[in-house]
Amino acid sequence: MKVQMLSYKRLDSPIHRLTGSTKLIFFALWSVVSMITYDTRSLLVMFLFSLIMFALSKVKYQDYSFVLYLILFFFLLNHIAIFLFSPHEGNKIYGTTHELFHIVGWYSVTLEQLFYQFNIMLKYLTVVPIALLFILTTDPSEFAASLNRIGVSYKISYAVALAMRYIPDIQRDYQNISFSAQARGLDTSRKEKLFKRLKNVVAILLPLTLSSVERIEVVSAAMELRGFGRHKRRTWYNAKPFTARDYAALAVIVIVVAVSIALAVSNGSRFYNPFV
Amino acid sequence: MSERKPVIQFEDFSFQYRAQAEPTLRGINLTVYEGEKVLIVGPSGSGKSTLGHCMNGLVPAFYSGESSGSAFVLGQPLKGLGLFELSEMVGTVLQDPDGQFVGLTVAEDIAFKLENEAVEQGEIHRRVAAAALAVGMDKHLGDAPQNLSGGQKQRTSLGGVLVSDASILLFDEPLANLDPHTGKLAIELIDRVHREMDKTVIIIEHRLEDVLHRNVDRIIVMQEGRVIADQPASELLRSELLGQTGIREPLYITALKYAGCELREEMKLERIDELQADQCSAKLQAWQDTQPEEVHSQECSPLLEIEDLSFGYEPDALILQHVSLRINKGEMVSIVGKNGAGKSTLSKLICGFYRPSSGKLKYKGADMRSDTIKERAERIGFVMQNPNHMISKTQIFDEVALGLQVRGVTGEELQRRVHQVLKICGLYPFRNWPISALSFGQKKRVTIASILVLEPEVMILDEPTAGQDFKHYNEMMEFLRTLNREGMTVVMITHDMHLMLEYADRTIVLADGKKLADDTPARILTDASIVEAADLKETSVFELAKRAGLPEPREFVSRFISYDRRVRGR
Repeated sequence: MKVQMLSYKRLDSPIHRLTGSTKLIFFALWSVVSMITYDTRSLLVMFLFSLIMFALSKVKYQDYSFVLYLILFFFLLNHIAIFLFSPHEGNKIYGTTHELFHIVGWYSVTLEQLFYQFNIMLKYLTVVPIALLFILTTDPSEFAASLNRIGVSYKISYAVALAMRYIPDIQRDYQNISFSAQARGLDTSRKEKLFKRLKNVVAILLPLTLSSVERIEVVSAAMELRGFGRHKRRTWYNAKPFTARDYAALAVIVIVVAVSIALAVSNGSRFYNPFV
Repeated sequence: MSERKPVIQFEDFSFQYRAQAEPTLRGINLTVYEGEKVLIVGPSGSGKSTLGHCMNGLVPAFYSGESSGSAFVLGQPLKGLGLFELSEMVGTVLQDPDGQFVGLTVAEDIAFKLENEAVEQGEIHRRVAAAALAVGMDKHLGDAPQNLSGGQKQRTSLGGVLVSDASILLFDEPLANLDPHTGKLAIELIDRVHREMDKTVIIIEHRLEDVLHRNVDRIIVMQEGRVIADQPASELLRSELLGQTGIREPLYITALKYAGCELREEMKLERIDELQADQCSAKLQAWQDTQPEEVHSQECSPLLEIEDLSFGYEPDALILQHVSLRINKGEMVSIVGKNGAGKSTLSKLICGFYRPSSGKLKYKGADMRSDTIKERAERIGFVMQNPNHMISKTQIFDEVALGLQVRGVTGEELQRRVHQVLKICGLYPFRNWPISALSFGQKKRVTIASILVLEPEVMILDEPTAGQDFKHYNEMMEFLRTLNREGMTVVMITHDMHLMLEYADRTIVLADGKKLADDTPARILTDASIVEAADLKETSVFELAKRAGLPEPREFVSRFISYDRRVRGR
């Protein structure tokens, strides 16, 4: 229907060859570490590392450009908001004040605040490439198998795959239903008043729910007829075996976690303070 | 023959669903032998699907109820077998090609059964490759269901059944969602699997003529929960049973009967492509000569004109290309073509859901460009294929009244207009019923009523008879014909060849986004090049006329159709 945005493309690269489980674990731990730490040194190293991985993946710019712009836009918004609501956060954290210039009222630009916001920017920059990579290089077909491997029950794992399978079908149903509602005069666009619009949306939801329930019945009958849920365990057509590459990637993320903990302990705080 | 091994046996078997007041199956006695190919026919509500569900275990595991009598599958009593054990013996291909496609790709869907059996991955890959090859999907292993046609999805489902060792294959209405050409291929594939893989095949279907495209050993006719006939196709076709049970007999058989030909066994009645019709030639020709020539009343007051219309989501990928056509006032027109030919896109453009990339849409000579969806809906009603996509109220009255209410009609005026429409649609006695209590066909009528109430001059119906048996097909189509006689212009989007032959004044054929033909149904369905390009199927009456050696086979078809219409209209 519309342009495929931010979806998996079959490519061959060291990143694509990693299993989904590895990428999932890596992404999860990487995000936690970069959320927690404000240590500029480790963030810089992580940022460089994520750029290298991104280059290795051969992912094309147009596959993620739109989302990247969106992220950058919110990133900018976030920075403005931080400054507006808390222009002296950096001074509180680092305990010193090096004022560069005064703007108005209690707004002034300080080195500490700039450094604090620079750190926040770095956090974004370390997470974004890895998050994009996870989405762009993980085959949705393999994802369920990966969840199952890291210990999620196969019924729940398969539910995730089924959701991905039927989302386009439900979108198509929704479009048909909303077309027929519009023809009968139920407007759900901005031209209608809010209350009426909500009422009209509800009129679409009923048939959508009914047709989805109908679909669930067929899907579950079809699945049971083919033995889903019979055994405690199932295998996966698309599961990838763990290779040395996966162990190496997991080793890297363990080291990253260990080093950031060590740095936090040796600094006595999550922040690296160049001002004292 | 005496050593045939029974694989499915029902002895005095009855079944009653928990929510039903009466049994759905009554005293079924039926044996299917190893390696047989059996067709089960019957009108809706005859219990044929329930019988299928008993064979694959959905009854009672999924749909609960009480059974009596005895039944055996591969010699084991049905009562002791669970759904999972039965799935080892009976592989089922369901009706809905989308719903049963549970994998993200073709390969995963075929592999599903093996994955659930925890088969080792290398073996899964080998067996999936073999099954995909058997059903001709080996080139599409990595494709997502959104990129497949209905026929390809069905082949994938069959692959998913062949991948296991089940020796019995059960097909539940395999033709219901396919266009005629794809349906023909499906029947050929089922036949090949039956012959080459030593499977026992059971097909549940009411489209008899289409299944008979390939040989079946026996036909079992069901009515009101009972087996009322169990005989070879040629015997069944010679009897009067089909007419009595409300199953459509093959059109060529109808034609032979009209001409007063005696139906004899040696004529090979069950196979149109092997039919021996030589002895009938004289009678068929004589009948043709007694029929008046078809006269075309050329009343041409254009209602809807489409000029050079193109549409695509992206400018370089047009779904419709330079389509021009007109719909005249009072006509009953069908638009046909395979899936993806642009039929539904065209109707969505007419209703204003999409904006054309180029070209014009005119209504009574005036450009519709600036008309909103709502304004167009007051002149052009659109009825979707699935009534559940349209119904948004729980009460019949409210549902039909909805379109008027949002247009500010209230009180007595509202009640009067809704009641009037309910009467036209034969729904007045049910006006205070909840919609959930209605049958599929009645729901469809409710959606038609909810459009009629806006008093449009044209109605576009997407597959008006999909999912309905011959009786309901007749009721629906005669209803539309009545509306048409009272002045409603009717446009039907369909891939039902019978529908266009029997009810359309004119047929517009779309193929690959272009208009391919615009002519009477009789001429279209006897033109091999159009039939092939648009994935249609030649009518069997034409084949009959050719096999009987009639000098003007096309003329025979058109006279047959006009006679048939007069007989039906009575």
